[in-house]
Amino acid sequence: MSDARRWQAVIGLEIHAQLNTRSKLFSGASTAHGAEANTQASAVDAALPGTLPVPNRAALDKAIAFGLAVDARIARHSVFARKNYFYPDLPKGYQISQYERPIVSAGRMPVRLDDGSMIEVAIQRAHLEEDAGKSLHDAFHAATGIDLNRAGVPLLEIVSAPVLHSAHEAVAYMRAVHTLVRWLGICDGNMQEGSFRCDANVSVRPVGSDKLGTRTEIKNVNSFRFVEKAIEYEIERQVRALEGGGSIVQETRLYDAAHHHTRPMRGKETADDYRYFPDPDLPPLAVSAGDIERARAALPELPWARRARYEDTLGLPAADAAQLCADKATTDYFEAMLATLPGEAKLCANWVLGELAAALNDALLTIEQSRVSATALSALLARVRAGTISGKIAKEVFAAMWAGEGDADTIIAQRGLRQISDGAALAAAIDAVLAECPAQAAEYRGGNEKLLQFFIGQTMKRLRGQGNPQQLNALLREKLRQP
Amino acid sequence: MASRTVAQLAQDLRAQRTSAAALLDASLARADALAALNAFITVDATGARAAAARADASLQQGRASALCGIPFAHKDIFCTSGIRTTCASRMLGNFVAPYDAAAVERLRDNGAVMLGKTNMDEFAMGSSNENSAFGPVRNPWDAARVPGGSSGGSAAAVAAGIVSFATGTDTGGSIRQPAAFCGITGLKPTYGRVSRWGMIAFASSLDCGGVLARSAEDCAHVLAAMAGHDARDATSVERPCDDYVAALSTTLKGIRVGIAREYLGAGVEAGVAAAVQAALAQLEKLGARLVDITLPNAALAIPAYYVIAPAEASSNLARYDGVRYGQRCAEPKSLEDLYTRSRAEGFGAEVQRRILVGTYALSAGYYDAYYLRAQRARRLIANDFVEAFTQVDLIAGPTTPTTAFRLGEKTGDPLAMYAADVNTVAVNLAGLPAISLPAGFVPTESGVGLPVGLQLIAPAFAEARLLAAAHQFQQATDFHLREPGS
Repeated sequence: MSDARRWQAVIGLEIHAQLNTRSKLFSGASTAHGAEANTQASAVDAALPGTLPVPNRAALDKAIAFGLAVDARIARHSVFARKNYFYPDLPKGYQISQYERPIVSAGRMPVRLDDGSMIEVAIQRAHLEEDAGKSLHDAFHAATGIDLNRAGVPLLEIVSAPVLHSAHEAVAYMRAVHTLVRWLGICDGNMQEGSFRCDANVSVRPVGSDKLGTRTEIKNVNSFRFVEKAIEYEIERQVRALEGGGSIVQETRLYDAAHHHTRPMRGKETADDYRYFPDPDLPPLAVSAGDIERARAALPELPWARRARYEDTLGLPAADAAQLCADKATTDYFEAMLATLPGEAKLCANWVLGELAAALNDALLTIEQSRVSATALSALLARVRAGTISGKIAKEVFAAMWAGEGDADTIIAQRGLRQISDGAALAAAIDAVLAECPAQAAEYRGGNEKLLQFFIGQTMKRLRGQGNPQQLNALLREKLRQP
Repeated sequence: MASRTVAQLAQDLRAQRTSAAALLDASLARADALAALNAFITVDATGARAAAARADASLQQGRASALCGIPFAHKDIFCTSGIRTTCASRMLGNFVAPYDAAAVERLRDNGAVMLGKTNMDEFAMGSSNENSAFGPVRNPWDAARVPGGSSGGSAAAVAAGIVSFATGTDTGGSIRQPAAFCGITGLKPTYGRVSRWGMIAFASSLDCGGVLARSAEDCAHVLAAMAGHDARDATSVERPCDDYVAALSTTLKGIRVGIAREYLGAGVEAGVAAAVQAALAQLEKLGARLVDITLPNAALAIPAYYVIAPAEASSNLARYDGVRYGQRCAEPKSLEDLYTRSRAEGFGAEVQRRILVGTYALSAGYYDAYYLRAQRARRLIANDFVEAFTQVDLIAGPTTPTTAFRLGEKTGDPLAMYAADVNTVAVNLAGLPAISLPAGFVPTESGVGLPVGLQLIAPAFAEARLLAAAHQFQQATDFHLREPGS
C-alpha cells in the first residue's frame, strides 16, 4: 500500500495548439483537415531540394494574441531554430521550432478549479513550430506510408512551469487553455483531429521537499479524461516505485487508454541530442511595439475578466458565471441576449444554462448550431418579463420554437397562450371551481389552508395554465375567505 | 564566338549579323568538341533549340533584353523544371524538380538560352571540382590542372568559349576562385541580393547565387537579370537594385582602394603577388588611391567558415534520407539501414566528411566551443570590414594565393584544399559583394601561363561600384580577353 499523502506530485504540461491559419507555417499549402493523403503537401512541405520556408505572419499574430492574453513577454525578435532528428515523417530531417528565443515567455494564467478556488499557473513559454507528417503503419503490407498533409501545420507549443500538483489541477489548467485558445479564435480546439493535444511531465517528491524528482513525459494524450487518468496512474506508479525502494527512469511514456496505464516508448523515438541551432533560412521574426499595441487593442475581454464581471457587475452566482464563460460561443450567446434584455442577467443565464443547454444536449448540438437564436430566445423572455406569458408557458413556447414552429409571438398567438390577467375571467373560473368542489371549500374554510394549492391547480387547469399566477393566488384567497 | 562578350553578341543579334539559333549551334558544337573538359553534367539541346527559336522571334519583334538569344549554362545546383538537377551527387542522380529556381525563371524571362547544366563539386563542397560524382572538370588553360571549385564546370565552360556566361554559387569562394583559376570574371553579389529559391542549399547563411562571365560588363547585364526581391526566400532583401549597366562608366578617379596586408602575406605565390601588384598599379594609374588597411581578424575566417558551413550543411543535407526522392538503397532491412546505406551510397567522401564535422560542431557539449565561437568570429570578421569601409571604397587583393593546381595535388590533404579559400571565405562570412577579374598570368613551362585573379570587395549592396571599378580596369587591360589555347 502506498501512502500518497507523503508525496507531492509536480506536473508541467506541454500543450500543442494547432493555430487555425488557412495555410501552413512555412508554405502556402492548405491546413484543412481530412484531405486525401499528400494532397496538401507542397514542394516545401516535402522538403524538395532548393525549397525555402517563408513564415506565415498570421500564425505569428495568433501567437502574439495568446501571449498578450496570458500577460506574457512578447519577444521583439524571436528566432526560429532547427531541431534535428531523422524520422520518415519529418521530411527535412529537422523540425523548425523556436528554442532559445520563443515568441512568448513568462506568462501566467488564472485557473478556476471545480470547487471554485483559484490557482495561478505560470507559463514558461509558448513557441511556434511546425507539425510533422504522419506515418501510416497499417495502410500498406510490410511497408509504412507517409502522409505529409500535416507536415508544416502551425502549432503553438504552450509550456507551463512545473507548478501543478494533481491530475485535477492539470486538467483544470488544460481546460482553461482550451477555452482561451478558442476564445481568442486562434485554434479550433478539436481534440479528435489532434488540433489540441498535450504532453505531461510528471514527477513526485516527498512533501516538504523543494527538489524536483526525476520526471517522466507522457506523450500525446488527446482527451481531458485521458490526461487526468494518465497523470493519476503515473503519479501512483511513481509513488509505488519509490516506496518500494525503486527509482524513476527519466523516459517518455505512452498512455494506453484501453488498459488505463502508461508504458515506456521504444528507445528510438526518445532521441536525445537535437543539435538545435538558429535556422539560417529564416531571419529573426521582428515584432514592433506598434504591432504589440495593435494586437493588445484587438484582444477580446478575456474569460477570467468576463467571469469576474458576471459575478461582480451582473450579480450572477459564481457557478453560473463560470459555466457561461467556459466557452466563447456560450458567453457570446448570453451577451447577445443581454443586449436586448438589459438587467435580466439571471433570467438569461437560467435559460442558457437550463432549457437551452438541455435542448442542445438532447439534440447533440453545439450552441453555434442552436435551433433557437439568441435574438429569438430574448424575444421569448421579453414576453415573460412583460407578463404576457408565465415562465411555465414559456417552456412550452420554447419547445415549439425549437421544433421550428415559428417565433415566440407567433406561437403564443396561434396557441392562444397569452396569460389571462383579466380579473373577471379569473373570478369566473374560480367561481366555477368552488361550485364544483364545495366539500374542499368547506374544509379550507375550516382551517386546512394547504388546500389552496389544490384550488390553484384546478383553476389553472380550467384556464389551460394561462392564468396570471399572482393575480390568481390573490383572488382565490379572497374568494375562499368569503363564505 | 569564343572571344565575344554578351555585349558584342547582343549587338550582333540586333544587327542580324547572327541569330540565337546560329549562336546555339556554335555553342553546341563547341561543347561537343570540348567534351573532354567535362564541364557539363547535362546538355539540353532540345530545350535550348526551343529557347533559341523563341529568342529569335522576340529579337525580330524588337522587344528583347540584353541577354536575349545568348547561350549560357546553369550550374547544376539551380533547379530546372523537367531537366534533372544533380548537384553533382549520386544522391540526386535522377532528381527532376517540379519547379524552376528563381535565377532560372529570371534568365529565361530575359530570353537567355540555356545550353545545359554544368559540373561542380558535389553539393558545392570543394575548391577543385574533383568532388563530383560525374568526374572532375579540367582547366581549359591546362587540362592537367583543376578549374577550381565548386563552380568549376561553369568557369571552364565560359573560359573555353562554350557559353558566354554561366551561373554559379559562392558559399566560400565557389564563383571567384574558379573564375580566377580559369581567367574569367566572377561576381558574388551581396547576400540576399539574388534569391536562393530553387538553389540547392549547402550552407544557407553563406550561399549566394552569382555569375561567371568574360567581363565585368557582362556580369552587370546578368546581375541585372538575376537580382531582386523574391518573397519565396525570407533572406532575400527588398531594397531596390541599382542600374548596374549604367553605372559601368563611373571612373576610378578618387576611389580609395584598400590593400589589406593580410591578403598579401606569406603563402601568396610570387607570380600571383607580382601580377596583383601590377594590377594595383594599374588601378592607381586609372585614378584610384591605394590605402593600406588592416583586417585584423582575417586569420579567423577559415576556421570559422569550416565550422559554420559544415554545421549548416549537416542539417541541410538531412533531407536526403532515401524516403521521398533521390538515392535509395536496395531492399532496406530497417529504417536505420535505409538511412545509413542510402546516404553512404549517395554522398561522396567530402560531403560525408563535412556532414560529420558539422554534426559534431552542433552536438551537445561542443556547440558552445565550436558553433557559437565560430559565430563570434564571424561577427569580428564582419566588423573588420565595416571598420575598413569607413576608410576605403573597395578592398583589393589576390583572389587566391596560387594559380590553378594540378588534379590530384591536394585531394589527399583536405586542410591544404581548404586553405585555397583563405582570401575568399571572409567575404561570405560578412555577406559582402566581391568580384574576381583576370589580372595577369604566371608563366609555366608549357608557355601559355596560368591566369591570376584580382579580387575586389565592396560594402554590402555596392555591386554597381564593384562592377564599375572592374569594368574600368578591363577597359585598360586585355587579360580578360585572352583565351586558352591561343
